[in-house]
Amino acid sequence: MKKIFPFFKSKGPRTQEDLIRRKTIGSFLLFFLLIALAIFGWMQLRVATPGRLSDGVQKPLRKVLDVNEKIFNRNFSTQHLSKTYPVSAADKKVRVNGDVGMSDDFDPASWKLQLVKASGDTLLLTLDDLKKLPKTEIVFDFKCIEGWSQITHWGGVRFQDFVKAYHLEKEASMKYIGMHTPDEEYYVGIDMPSALHPQTLLCYEMNGKPLPLNQGQPLRMIIPVKYGIKSLKRIGTLFFSESRPPDYWFERGYDYYAGL
Amino acid sequence: MKTIIKKHPLAVRWFHWINFPVLAIMIWSGLLIYWANDVYRIGFGSTTLLKFFPDSFYKALNIPFRLAEGMAYHFVFMWLFAINGILYVLFTLISGQWRYLFPDRRSFQEAWLVILHDLHIRRSAPPQLKYNGAQKITYTAIILMGLGSLLSGLAIYKPAQLNWLCSLMGGYTVARVIHFVLTIGYCLFFVVHILQVIRAGWNNFSSMVTGFEVADTPKQPAASAVNQEPPII
Repeated sequence: MKKIFPFFKSKGPRTQEDLIRRKTIGSFLLFFLLIALAIFGWMQLRVATPGRLSDGVQKPLRKVLDVNEKIFNRNFSTQHLSKTYPVSAADKKVRVNGDVGMSDDFDPASWKLQLVKASGDTLLLTLDDLKKLPKTEIVFDFKCIEGWSQITHWGGVRFQDFVKAYHLEKEASMKYIGMHTPDEEYYVGIDMPSALHPQTLLCYEMNGKPLPLNQGQPLRMIIPVKYGIKSLKRIGTLFFSESRPPDYWFERGYDYYAGL
Repeated sequence: MKTIIKKHPLAVRWFHWINFPVLAIMIWSGLLIYWANDVYRIGFGSTTLLKFFPDSFYKALNIPFRLAEGMAYHFVFMWLFAINGILYVLFTLISGQWRYLFPDRRSFQEAWLVILHDLHIRRSAPPQLKYNGAQKITYTAIILMGLGSLLSGLAIYKPAQLNWLCSLMGGYTVARVIHFVLTIGYCLFFVVHILQVIRAGWNNFSSMVTGFEVADTPKQPAASAVNQEPPII
């Protein structure tokens, strides 16, 4: 140390003042070094060139978000329900947010749900087919990733009931479901435990009436254990997958899981 | 004769200086998130006295349209904020440092005298050990605020899976307000803290880096009380 830094070399007996000066300078040097390191680390993290990004967000951040998913998934239980409210608490004026995938050239009357059981094995279902299944209603606080929330009233068939009715147990043993709008402009992926959560609906009613066009008529997702970005409106195709299906907002830097 | 008076243990200095940038990042990323639904204001009826936040404020800080980025940073740095805070609390409890920090019955009256002194209304400051009454109350309150931020943050983050916590925090909407108000609290704390550090002078600031203060005169009773603290480094 003394050889490298003659500065630290003391001549003769050290005075108390030398000691104080030495300690102070040493501490501050370390302090400034750490500040410099922190700034350097921060700037490295901030670099947003394509090679440093993973789906719109810096790779280290994406890694932690995926770890967060694992951590909070351990706590995930179908016993943990979103709080529900009486029908009277539901807002009559339901907020409309986002119209991606809601192109004008759409005819709800000729709509059919394409249920892809396996490649080459697609089932076409009408709304009447779904209405024959047991209906479940839910009034809950719909939460948008933007931060607002609204108590709203929805009705439809629980996804788990749908799986039972159409004997999709084998498909539902896969890790994800994927959905996209008929025009394929908007698409989401949802982990299977969340899809099979007892409050997750394939929804065709709002406030006791058929869904309006801007709320995803004829069929939309309502999944209270996720932010609204996962409650895809106007489901065109539904499929199953072992790997993460493409997800519109994930590709734009959001958390894939988006679980509540 | 100059003497070294040990003041802040090494661990406390690390916790303090780690917390500063981490909390700054949490507040900044929180702002990126809040912008997407910036509904809070101070006012009555339809009259708004203060909007959180004015557009000029957002513009100056380049806040708009960065929600995804804000969430990513927030949910990464939350771990550092939480772990650093928990380690700090554990350290103060185990080391016995909490005795200097936790207010007692006298602290509240003392804090009042300190405020009067700081506002130049009262000439003499009350005698103090390491921290005066006002500091004890503030430094304890800021830890409780940190706990409040963690709990209200978790309630907002996982309102379904941790619905008991969300209810405990008064529901989703209330938890969001708590989370926001506490953050404003940190900003106010920061302003006062900086002013007080400037007022207290170099020796005090330097001790947060070096761990010690330098005394010029023979030890005073108050100083020696500080010196009796076992060195924890």
